[in-house]
Amino acid sequence: MRGYLLSRLAWAGPIVFCILVINFLIIHVVPGDPIQALVGDFPTPPGYIEQIRHEFGLDQPISTQLGLYLLNLAEGNLGFSFANRQPVLGLVLDRARFTLLLMLQALTAAAILGVVLALAAAPRAGSLYDSGITALSLIGFSVPIFWLGQILVIVFAIKLRWLPAQGMISLRDTPTGWAAVTDVLWHLILPAFSVTIYYVAIVARVARASVLDAMSQDFVLTAKAKGLSRRYVLWRHVLPNALIPVVTVIGYNFGYSLTGAILVETVFAWPGLGNLFITSIGNRDYPLLQGIFLLTAIAVVIANVVTDVLYAALDPRVRSSYGRNA
Amino acid sequence: MAATRRFWHRFLAYRAGAAATIYVLVLVVIAVATQLLSGVDPHQLSNEVMRAPSPAHLLGTDELGRDVLLGIVYGVWVSLTVGFSAALAATVLGVVIGATAGHYGGAFDLIVMRISEVFQVVPSFILAAVIVAMSGPGLTRVVMVIALLAWPQIARLMRGEVIRIKQLEFVDAVRCLGVREWVILATEVIPNAVAPILAAGTLIVGQAILLEAALSFFGLSSADLISWGRMLNSGQRFLFNAWWLSLFPGTAIFVTVLAFNLLGDAIGSALNPRTTR
Repeated sequence: MRGYLLSRLAWAGPIVFCILVINFLIIHVVPGDPIQALVGDFPTPPGYIEQIRHEFGLDQPISTQLGLYLLNLAEGNLGFSFANRQPVLGLVLDRARFTLLLMLQALTAAAILGVVLALAAAPRAGSLYDSGITALSLIGFSVPIFWLGQILVIVFAIKLRWLPAQGMISLRDTPTGWAAVTDVLWHLILPAFSVTIYYVAIVARVARASVLDAMSQDFVLTAKAKGLSRRYVLWRHVLPNALIPVVTVIGYNFGYSLTGAILVETVFAWPGLGNLFITSIGNRDYPLLQGIFLLTAIAVVIANVVTDVLYAALDPRVRSSYGRNA
Repeated sequence: MAATRRFWHRFLAYRAGAAATIYVLVLVVIAVATQLLSGVDPHQLSNEVMRAPSPAHLLGTDELGRDVLLGIVYGVWVSLTVGFSAALAATVLGVVIGATAGHYGGAFDLIVMRISEVFQVVPSFILAAVIVAMSGPGLTRVVMVIALLAWPQIARLMRGEVIRIKQLEFVDAVRCLGVREWVILATEVIPNAVAPILAAGTLIVGQAILLEAALSFFGLSSADLISWGRMLNSGQRFLFNAWWLSLFPGTAIFVTVLAFNLLGDAIGSALNPRTTR
């Protein structure tokens, strides 16, 4: 297991390095003075530009600049957002909590709905079910997620008045305790649904394939031969095996759902990274934009590694096959 | 020729693919017509501001009194231009890089595959938005950024195909004739990998249209260009009073992307010798 973990980390290292280099290149490739890319378009205090010029060694050869840039990042210096009067790192991490909350909700919904759909279909279901799932994934793959959000707001918040249109908490009567939790959940329904639609389809497809696969295995036949009930076989033998691919498909799609959340937040005025991102575009707050890219990209790499490790932990075959090959 | 006929037969049997083809052809005609016709100005302002759909304005008007239907019709050009050029650029780039990597292998292959892995992991919308925000909007830039983000999909596919095909017997036969390696690659290997590439390239058209719409929705397009994403951006500002500003341009994006995805699937299954339909 340790060898496996190390091999995944050895995969992640160069990827993260490439992401850092991409970020560095953006500063230098975009038209204009790199200093502007590092500072942004917001008014800065006198002397700050000179300080940054020195910190990032902009008068030195490009290789030295890359070294200094990486050194700055290693110290957690992602720059300062003058529009928000805060260091980029703290600001991004602070807002990331809300985006993660939204993603968590969307991914949980996708996992539950997808598995339920897969089980509801059972082996009997034929081409009609498969066409339904294909249609759902095709729609999820083609729909502009922010537009879906707009339509949901128009239908369920404005016309029907069933759900809140925007924000994370009710502003009129600020609830406390459990009421506050349910209030946030209430506000989460529409944005989470917009993010989740595509995942429900892919989870359902993967779960169905793996349920069918698990059912045809010898150990299921053995369990049935022992006279165990259908339900017991399904819950104790089929599901644990069938859920492994579901975990991985969710983990590997972390990046897509992150992008989805960022796209949808604007529509619902959700106070996460997406809203920070769009205001930074308006403010031409470049260090903040780059900080959001850097940290989300690294988060996706981490999610991939965690998924790999989780996969190996859940499925002993992955570990042992690694041991054999290595 | 029998192969061509079989392709069309299967392709048309795949009814959704046929419908998508017709839809895309109509869009192309509209896009060309909007560029050729003069006298109609989609930017034309009027006093009829924020009118709901009516016989005079079938899809309503926006906050400046511009006709939404006219906007959607003129927006076809941007979506198709970005979609086709980005997909074409990404496909050419991906085919060249992927074929070279697959054919020659070695260090180049390793580096290319690593780089393409980076692009697969990185959230592409965020990267595209950062680059466009920092370098300024413009159709050419948007196309370049999308192509830059999309080529690895084609390259990985191409590499796999080349590795599979180059060890087939007919390639060995050509090699025995003493033909140079790069000629074999260009005349024997790549033509045999066209089918999956064409399908994947068509899917990229849809992705590119979606990405351009998202960038415009975030305000990352020039204000003097009418695009569906930009229309949704104003739809967002008037979400509470003018549903038609969101519903119609979004439907245009959705149906168009859906059409390219169906088309990609149809091409894929029509060219795949293993499908029986």
